[in-house]
Amino acid sequence: MKILGHKPTASAWFGLVVMGLFVIVAIFTPVLAPYPESANIGGTWDEPSAAMWLGADQIGRDMLTRIMYGSRMTIGVALAITALSFLIGIVLGFLSAVMGGWVDLFLTRLVDVMLSIPGLIFALIILGVFGSSIPVLILTIAVLDSTRVFRLARALGMNLTVLEYVEAAKLRGEGTWWIIRREILPNASAPLMSEFGLRFCFNFLFIAGLSFLGLGVQPPYADLGGMVRENAAAINFGMMAPIYPATAIALLTVSVNLVVDWLLSIEARPSGAQAEL
Amino acid sequence: MSTSEKTILKIKGLRLEGVRAGNVIVDDVDVTLHAGEVLGLIGESGAGKSTIGLSAMSYARAGVHIAQGSIEIDGIDIRKLDAGGRRGVRGRRIAYVAQSASAAFNPSHTIMDQVCEAPMIHGLMSREEAESWARHLFKSLDLPEPETFGNRYPHQASGGQLQRAMAAMAMSCRPDILVLDEPTTALDVTTQIEVLILLKSLIREYGTAALYITHDLAVVAQVADRIKVLRHGKEVEEGTVDGVLQAPTQDYTARLVAVRGAAASERADPTSVKPEIVLKVDHIDASYGTFKVVSDVSLDIRRGETVAVVGESGSGKSTLARIITGLLPPTAGTITFKGQVLPRSLAERGKDLKRTIQLVYQIPDVALNPRQTLMETIGRPVSFYFSMGGTNPVKQGGHQTVQESVGRPSSLYFGMGAKDVDKRTKELMDLVELPQSFLTRYPTELSGGQKQRVCVARALAADPDLIILDEPTSALDPLVAEEILKLLRRLQVELGLSYMLITHDLDVVHRIAHRTAVMLRGSFVAFDETEKIFAGPYHPYTEKLVNAVPVMRSDWLDGVLAKRAAAAAA
Repeated sequence: MKILGHKPTASAWFGLVVMGLFVIVAIFTPVLAPYPESANIGGTWDEPSAAMWLGADQIGRDMLTRIMYGSRMTIGVALAITALSFLIGIVLGFLSAVMGGWVDLFLTRLVDVMLSIPGLIFALIILGVFGSSIPVLILTIAVLDSTRVFRLARALGMNLTVLEYVEAAKLRGEGTWWIIRREILPNASAPLMSEFGLRFCFNFLFIAGLSFLGLGVQPPYADLGGMVRENAAAINFGMMAPIYPATAIALLTVSVNLVVDWLLSIEARPSGAQAEL
Repeated sequence: MSTSEKTILKIKGLRLEGVRAGNVIVDDVDVTLHAGEVLGLIGESGAGKSTIGLSAMSYARAGVHIAQGSIEIDGIDIRKLDAGGRRGVRGRRIAYVAQSASAAFNPSHTIMDQVCEAPMIHGLMSREEAESWARHLFKSLDLPEPETFGNRYPHQASGGQLQRAMAAMAMSCRPDILVLDEPTTALDVTTQIEVLILLKSLIREYGTAALYITHDLAVVAQVADRIKVLRHGKEVEEGTVDGVLQAPTQDYTARLVAVRGAAASERADPTSVKPEIVLKVDHIDASYGTFKVVSDVSLDIRRGETVAVVGESGSGKSTLARIITGLLPPTAGTITFKGQVLPRSLAERGKDLKRTIQLVYQIPDVALNPRQTLMETIGRPVSFYFSMGGTNPVKQGGHQTVQESVGRPSSLYFGMGAKDVDKRTKELMDLVELPQSFLTRYPTELSGGQKQRVCVARALAADPDLIILDEPTSALDPLVAEEILKLLRRLQVELGLSYMLITHDLDVVHRIAHRTAVMLRGSFVAFDETEKIFAGPYHPYTEKLVNAVPVMRSDWLDGVLAKRAAAAAA
């Protein structure tokens, strides 16, 4: 079976299937979850049973339900962050590449400054000042992450701006916006799509990490990183409780990475062929 | 050209197929090469000549598969060897010289490192021996400072020097066979002749057999003993050089030969020239930073005239085009277009002014956006310049526009709705002789010649007075380039267009240009009617250029060498 005109490898299949499962679960959680998000059903760290397939969390809520809602939350937030950071990064990156001169100079130096500040510390400061509401979270991390997207978009844009067909558009008198939209963007979409997948993974892990530290998504919302934090003490008793959310994080990250790897390998050699020696 | 009877390379029944689609790339081709002999492989793009050259080493590029055939080097079928055996053969018995020298050298190693690599890997020489052999080769290839040339990095050598260094790299193991894949195509005419002379002497001195791959018949005539003509992966004809060039038996070969000869008889049509001066360049200077690229250039182009600007790489002719279009503002001098002074930079020019000067690029692959259909590519200039809300220069009491001279009411072109844009785009396709069904295609689905026609159509869509053509046929095969030239001539007569043609190809200049300017290091050394420039007496640089163009006679190069020897002795 072919996807996007190419046959996926075995690892790509694994990635696609797992990713697909997560997406379906994330979208249809209210329908699929066995129990409501914060319902107390059992006791602390109950063993897995027929009623609760993965057992209970630290205050007796169904682990499976919490994981489903947690995935939904974390994926949703990470997706929003990545989308916003790409919007900012691509617009500024292409603008910088096409306009050159002072605009380019100013933007690249600004991004250099932002990149020189350690991301986690920066995020913690902003979140500490403005509070950890979800909009603030999304905005902060998106702005921080857009610097990396800016760099990629600018590099792609610079390669494309010097091509003759872009020059032909400039000679015609097309505006900068038109050139970005019609000449540069369609030709840069392939590497940007792969980058989207990669940055999604990073943002996902970053959010989970912040929640683990207690500064990301706040209770009662379920969040995978927060769940690891809350259930961490169970390890002392030899119980599996924190492993489940941690595995969910790992599975999603690995599967997205596998799919991105496959997309990148297609890009590198579209025909999929090797030289014959 | 001493050849022995020993067959050094014997390819029988070679068949190469594409891996995915199974399409046939090379169909049942035989190649026989005797020791010390040079065989020229001639053909257009897609003929399979490079593929055959590479398969002589039993190598197929990604996506290509050697389906059948035996490849014998000195009696041993290398296809039957294992990978290690083949590695032992490559470089030692047979070596490859690629078309682009800069892509064949690793930029992070010195040239000496790379030239010495092969003999050391094959265990033939120690490092010291390899280095002294390399210096000997550098000397015989006439490289500057042969003792220390190897210490340079590839980016510190010019194109011609790198090409010779690549020949040294190929000869480092003293192979029996050299595969030369278009070695001089990327070089200027004056560099080409030097490299040809050296290659020929190298081949003769070491008795190496060679496969010389090219599409230039005149070049191959100088170096080869025999010629094989290829088309679409099949052999068309094979014979001695003189036999194939003077008396081709096949129709296709005859056409290839005739294209070269056309330059002798065809001339630009003087009737299309009108006295009105369209472009006037007065004493232009321009620099990139502190480096002066153009100094004191003046020219003028009349309506319906073609002015050619001839020169080698680095002469500044492409820069001149950029100055006229406004991409590089001149530091001194003025440019006048139809009586009005042109603003120096692009940003200061109005939309209508940008419309009247158009540019056609050399490489159609990068000149067209691969993600836009032809409809979008050609339709955009039409709707951009002429759609509703656009200005109508005729109504504003402007000049006589081209469309009026063709007898069409100008109202058709201004205030255009979507349907009119559509109609006009289809007309443009007819004008460049492309089927209208191509409008939904993407550039990747077209051939080189078709893409260049699309570039011309895009330029015409703006309804310009002047089209600047930057080496429009250099990247095309000779037969295809022929068609494009015919198209350009026809359009000039029909539409009264003026052309500024930038090129290094003197044949094209003879056939299409009314006047020619010869450019050297940023200034004109001559500017006059084409006939007068090439009839002599010559400016010394013009003479050098003219003498460097290979003539399709197998003894031409020997003649040049004899003349030089005589001049040196005198």
